[in-house]
Amino acid sequence: MLRIEGLTAEVDGKPILKGIDLEVPAGEVHAIMGPNGSGKSTLSYVLAGREGYEVTGGSATLNGVDLLAMEPEERAAAGVFLAFQYPVELPGVGNANFLRTALNAIRRGKGEAELDAMQFLKLARARLKELQMSEDMLKRGVNVGFSGGEKKRNEVLQMALLRPSLAILDETDSGLDIDALKIVADGVNALRAPDFSALVITHYQRLLDYIVPDKVHVLMQGRIAQTGGPELAKQLEASGYASVQAAA
Amino acid sequence: MNTVVHSGAEGFLHRFDGLRARLPGQRLAWVQALREGAAEQFRAAGFPTRRVEAWKYTDLRPVADAAFDEALTILGDGEGLPAPRGERRAVFVDGRFREEHSSLDGASFAVGSLAHELPRLESRLGALARPGEEALVALNTMLFEDGLVITVPAGIAGGVLELSSIASRSERPSAFHPRHLIRLEAGASLTIIEEASGPEGTRYLHNPVFEIELAEGAVLTHARIQREGVKGFQLGTVYARIEAGATYDNFTLNAGGRLVRNEIHAVLAGPKSTCHMNGAQLLRDGQHADTTTVLDHAAPDCASRQTYKTVLQGKSRGVFQGKIHVHQVAQRTDGYQMNQALLLSPEAEIDSKPQLEIYADDVKCSHGATVGALDAEQLFYLRARGIPEGKARSMLVEAFLQEAIEGVTDETARAALEEAVAGWWSKEAA
Ligand SMILES: Nc1ncnc2c1ncn2[C@@H]1O[C@H](COP(=O)(O)OP(=O)(O)O)[C@@H](O)[C@H]1O
Ligand SMILES: [Mg+2]
Repeated sequence: MLRIEGLTAEVDGKPILKGIDLEVPAGEVHAIMGPNGSGKSTLSYVLAGREGYEVTGGSATLNGVDLLAMEPEERAAAGVFLAFQYPVELPGVGNANFLRTALNAIRRGKGEAELDAMQFLKLARARLKELQMSEDMLKRGVNVGFSGGEKKRNEVLQMALLRPSLAILDETDSGLDIDALKIVADGVNALRAPDFSALVITHYQRLLDYIVPDKVHVLMQGRIAQTGGPELAKQLEASGYASVQAAA
Repeated sequence: MNTVVHSGAEGFLHRFDGLRARLPGQRLAWVQALREGAAEQFRAAGFPTRRVEAWKYTDLRPVADAAFDEALTILGDGEGLPAPRGERRAVFVDGRFREEHSSLDGASFAVGSLAHELPRLESRLGALARPGEEALVALNTMLFEDGLVITVPAGIAGGVLELSSIASRSERPSAFHPRHLIRLEAGASLTIIEEASGPEGTRYLHNPVFEIELAEGAVLTHARIQREGVKGFQLGTVYARIEAGATYDNFTLNAGGRLVRNEIHAVLAGPKSTCHMNGAQLLRDGQHADTTTVLDHAAPDCASRQTYKTVLQGKSRGVFQGKIHVHQVAQRTDGYQMNQALLLSPEAEIDSKPQLEIYADDVKCSHGATVGALDAEQLFYLRARGIPEGKARSMLVEAFLQEAIEGVTDETARAALEEAVAGWWSKEAA
């Protein structure tokens, strides 16, 4: 389970997270909603260990392990996966090479045998098929020349291959048509298990029709302003964040 | 107060005086005249200083100071020679052709030692080289002892030939100046994979000169892997003349040596000819590498492509100077030059000087240069996927180099270059 207590963080000396308390028990999926600039991406970067996002207080643990003390790659090995809001293009790095290198790094961390090129290809093909992605994606540079939707699917492909115990999806649904949205949702739902948890950051209720969350949190100005069940998302869709602001 | 500046030239001139009568071709009047003329030119010029425009960024004082008093040629036994990649290879030890290490049987073209072929080379040796312009070429002309001579007959596909050069371990600074002559007749093709290496602790100068003539429609792939020892100097000059419809595809990897210059003079002499000059410089602390290209578009409808990438670590310094001269006749020239540097350390330095001189009016010519560090966002993306930082960095550096290497169409040559780059990195990680 993910436990965040009193987490504060700043960027360029500017406080962005102002005391986040959040628990996602193993096996649960929680949604985080909130207006632009409220700190959702910042929270996801802080959990993943991005440089420049300075933690000034509080803690974050995954299954009792202190995440904040670890390097980004160690967090990944410990089971953290961040699907980026803006996936990064890596010209000159082949997608297949990238995916296999990442998968083998994670497998090494778990004490599992590394996959050779053939074994990897077999596995990757199976995942691609589930995500209705063309095999062509493996041959291209990572995210290079990918459409917005292809980039998001590539994130989900990585998640499906790496099988994290905590997935953080940062607006993976934005810019997707309804078919792509269902595929992304299927990708997350396929990972659902008693030892898997997810934080789904989204602006839209519609993703939550397909990934039904156990809880919905509203992040405003660096704090969790409200927490509720799936119905909270519907309510926000109807009345916006002003009502939360008023309540908070 | 008078200070005597040691130009470094004296040792070489003394050696020439002492060796004159024993250098190959001593009984051939034309060779003698060539050497004497070059000696005069070298005596007059000495090693170029930074006041010479073409040497503004590369200081040859370390070479001059290496005290090549007698500028010896050591003749070792080929210790440390890398394993052959393919079946055909010419091996040079300290600049001399070594038949016992070479395997040239079954080649579909003529290939042999320059020292041996010399009586038949009057029309070729010196046809392209300009000892009057380039002091190091004068040095080479004065003192060359051997080299490789290749002639691929018209229409013949020569396949792959390795050219391996190795320097021997020695207590004294040694120098060698091979002259390689390569001629491809009409429609012929050849791939040369050249690899130069040497022992870690030895100071030596490898000063090769290539004269490359490509007749109509000929295709030469020339992959150069420079892995000289850490105290070695390589100052190499390539001259290439490319006739109608012919292609010269040069890729130079500068990964070794303390101070290295890769200078190429290519002339697109016939219509619809093509010249690719790509390369990578991988530099560690203390290394200096200079790539200088001079490209003449001297005929219409020719294309040229240059992509050079430099990766710098520690206190290293890289130089790129690229001049493209488009002559008035060279209408419809398609030229491209890109030079990019990746600085992995704040102490590293890159100097870059592109120069376009265009005298034709219907020309497409572009050039660019970039300098940067590794992208923090890309690095984080890789690490967030579990890839350790060192590996992530090496993936991004390889990706940076990829664009230059993928331009090499010959698969054997490309594989050799990729392997050499990977080798550099594995040493880096160790
Ligand atoms: N790299 C950054 N540099 C400067 N400010 C940043 C950076 N990242 C985020 N911020 C600021 O932090 C605040 C929260 O941003 P973000 O976490 O991206 O919000 P959200 O994802 O909820 O839209 C915003 O005011 C934004 O301007
Ligand atoms: Mg965001």
